[in-house]
Amino acid sequence: MANPLFQKNIISISDLTQEQMELIVRTAERLKCEPPPPLLKNKVVASCFFEASTRTRLSFETAILRLGGTHIGFDNDANTSLAKKGESLADSVKVISSYTDAFVIRHPREGSARLASEFSTVPVINGGDGANQHPTQTLLDLFTIFECQGKLEELTIAFVGDLKYGRTVHSLAQACSLFKCRFFFISPEALAMPDYILEELDEKGIKYQVSQSIEEVINDVDIVYMTRVQKERFDETEYKHIASKYILTAEMLSDVRKNLKILHPLPRVDEITVDVDKTPYAYYFEQAQNGIYARQALLALVLNETL
Amino acid sequence: MANKLLVEAIRKGTVIDHIPAGQGIKILKQLHLVDGNEKITVGFNLPSQEIGLKDLIKVENRLFTESEANELSLFAPSATINVIDNYVVKDKFTMSTPNALEGVFDCPNSNCISLHEPVTSYFKVTKKHESIYLKCKYCEKTFSKEIVAGL
Repeated sequence: MANPLFQKNIISISDLTQEQMELIVRTAERLKCEPPPPLLKNKVVASCFFEASTRTRLSFETAILRLGGTHIGFDNDANTSLAKKGESLADSVKVISSYTDAFVIRHPREGSARLASEFSTVPVINGGDGANQHPTQTLLDLFTIFECQGKLEELTIAFVGDLKYGRTVHSLAQACSLFKCRFFFISPEALAMPDYILEELDEKGIKYQVSQSIEEVINDVDIVYMTRVQKERFDETEYKHIASKYILTAEMLSDVRKNLKILHPLPRVDEITVDVDKTPYAYYFEQAQNGIYARQALLALVLNETL
Repeated sequence: MANKLLVEAIRKGTVIDHIPAGQGIKILKQLHLVDGNEKITVGFNLPSQEIGLKDLIKVENRLFTESEANELSLFAPSATINVIDNYVVKDKFTMSTPNALEGVFDCPNSNCISLHEPVTSYFKVTKKHESIYLKCKYCEKTFSKEIVAGL
């Protein structure tokens, strides 16, 4: 039987069912444990980054190479026909997809990956479209949570920092809600989780609580998902005052659960102090490495009828 | 006689009646009714027993489909639409909220790709607590109907 993701576009986390997410997580786990099989042999994947994104691009390209495939593309659009000659994205996608077996796209405008999927002749994988979606980040987060907790169901997760603009926290909260997780949301008032996400959680009967400080909840959670409070959202004095409340230090970890793991989509600035890196709770660098396995799993499933 | 509107009956076309006063001009614009060469008769702020004041639009030689009629429900849920052929009412539509709207409104998100590429806008329509929301197929943002339709 063909796997349900074969030849499927991966545009938005909401397009995936719980079973499909589990399939990706299990495949990533398998690929991490064994020497990489040549699942992309003779496949050419387009890696088209219309804006820079070092981690996402390099991990996609590493995933392709590790599975025996090759890639073509660019790491910013400055020298493409779009920028130089005014070609539409639709036309570019039509042409590039005709050269390749799959199309990975990163683009600064929201909806660009969905649009690309309408013009592409091969499956499109969204590597981030503006402030909208970044499904492979969510999948690598899910895989990391599964890896460090041994399950995805009924975990308690604290999201900390910028919960308003951070697309990774929106998608991860939506994905984890399928697994009946419980949430704590800790952020400055101006950067609180948007109402539409809270309404979705209410509709699904998911328990969540808005808290004021990390210390209030840290001893009661399995995962702390840190994000950066960005400077440009506040004036300088206000920023210093606000950001200082959302910094995680090693001192705060003295009475936490043994299984606690701290995640962060990176890059971090100073929201996790470096003394946390040496504790057994830090898991953000493993998380970044897992980007390779999650993307390998996705590409392998999309381009192989059976695995 | 003073309250009677003297608008000649049309042989073939569509009559949109009971439009809340003020919405008629938006319907003309959004449905691009004035872009063609068909004869259009409009009445603004006409007396109405049901809604006080109403607007009315008659478009000759254009027969609305049910989906076109449903697009109007965002502006004027109380409006009635009569499709006339040979002076006889051929179809009478009661308004219902459409499941989707294609090519009617632009996405309000200025960073949405649909504004910059040769594609038709598409919104999924949902109703929540008596309010209507539109979700753009491309940028996945959800807006209230007032924001999308500029009401």
